[in-house]
Amino acid sequence: MTLVCVKDLHKSFGDLEVLKGVDLDVAPGEVVAIIGRSGSGKSTLLRCLNQLEQHDGGDIEIAGQRLDADAMAPSDLSRNVGMVFQSFNLFPHKTVGENVMLAPVVVRGVDKLEAARVAREVLDKVGMLEKFDAYPAQLSGGQQQRVAIARALAMKPKVLLCDEVTSALDPELVGEVLRVLEALAEEGMTLILVTHEMKFAHDVADRVVFMHHGRIHEQGDPKTLFNHPSTPELKQFISAVL
Amino acid sequence: MGLTLDFLALSPYAGELARGLVTTVVLTVVTTLSGLMLAIVVAYLKVHAATWVRRILGGYVELTRNTPFIVQLFFIFFGLPAFGIKIDAITAAFLAMTLNLAAYTAEILRAGIEATGRGQLEAARTLGMSKLQSYRHVVLVPAFARIYPALTSQCIIVMLGSAVVSQISVFDLTFAANFIQSRNFRSFEAYLLVTLVYLLLAVGMRQLFLLVGRRLFAFRQGGLA
Repeated sequence: MTLVCVKDLHKSFGDLEVLKGVDLDVAPGEVVAIIGRSGSGKSTLLRCLNQLEQHDGGDIEIAGQRLDADAMAPSDLSRNVGMVFQSFNLFPHKTVGENVMLAPVVVRGVDKLEAARVAREVLDKVGMLEKFDAYPAQLSGGQQQRVAIARALAMKPKVLLCDEVTSALDPELVGEVLRVLEALAEEGMTLILVTHEMKFAHDVADRVVFMHHGRIHEQGDPKTLFNHPSTPELKQFISAVL
Repeated sequence: MGLTLDFLALSPYAGELARGLVTTVVLTVVTTLSGLMLAIVVAYLKVHAATWVRRILGGYVELTRNTPFIVQLFFIFFGLPAFGIKIDAITAAFLAMTLNLAAYTAEILRAGIEATGRGQLEAARTLGMSKLQSYRHVVLVPAFARIYPALTSQCIIVMLGSAVVSQISVFDLTFAANFIQSRNFRSFEAYLLVTLVYLLLAVGMRQLFLLVGRRLFAFRQGGLA
């Protein structure tokens, strides 16, 4: 059974072909780490999965729903897929609690009491419950990112996409965010992460996908992939980043 | 000099002054609110509506920003009856001031909206919000926070500009001054007093906007945003 099914995905920006036929199946509960050089297409792949970029060719199906941004309302697109960004993107004029409650209330029509209950639950999960009434500007980067994760979780996505979620953080704050993701993985959340944290990919991911020039160049379980890379490109990449 | 000031000569006209003051204040308060609401709608439609709607709105904004307010007022009060649209002076004043403030504010607001980070819009979209929901809940308040100083000035300009409505016989503060000096010939005293009242109104408005802004945009006090 697959939750995310990507077939022959193509995407170009003008003359630049960024994705040149990507196939990827992700099972429910699986944690997939996508690694590769900048420009290899990994972020674009992620952004196609929630239609922030519309693909030019191929098919994406998530939880049996075929993605087509032209034919779908944003509320449909968000039904199964949550996203956490590199730059947090919390809404600055809303408190932590309001950030988390906004989409359930506005998009799903959940009543405020229920939304607040869910917000407390997910904020507790990321260890940010005591900041319920704080504004984003009063939080550290790591705290903002944990709230952003809670905000995505409040919509109860089937799969959570994480786009370099620790890249904008000071080194000492990376750990708190990774621990939250690790806890989510243990709970059985399906995660697809674009990451530069090789240790995290090695320790937490079920599968590591190496992208190179717009294609999946090599993939497999992390131990094998990191210890015995079979392609010269991956060997070179690993020796460059480790 | 030979000029003797006699402010007591104004005292019999306290009633007229009060009436003029109330009219000016009510005109300002109502048109500030209605103008802002209209501007919020216009700014949204100027980005998201069909091309022909955007063109019409663009025409309205440019026409308003590039013609004198008094001509706009005269057009509405004296010009429109030619098309069978007859409105009384105070309604014409409300309408002209609202349309004027909305056009300027829509332009100012557009700058604030365009400064919205792409990440904010993407976050709203991945959470499932439509364009309208995202505008209302994500874009609008930070945009207003950004343009607030310019907005404050624009609202004060409209309050001061409201003096022009005396020309279509709306009994505002300026009309009261005209009225008084035509009766007692104390034009210096009458206009000096009204000048001071306008000054106080403008200073008071700025303070009020400052206070309201501090409450409304409290989220900024944490630092960036």
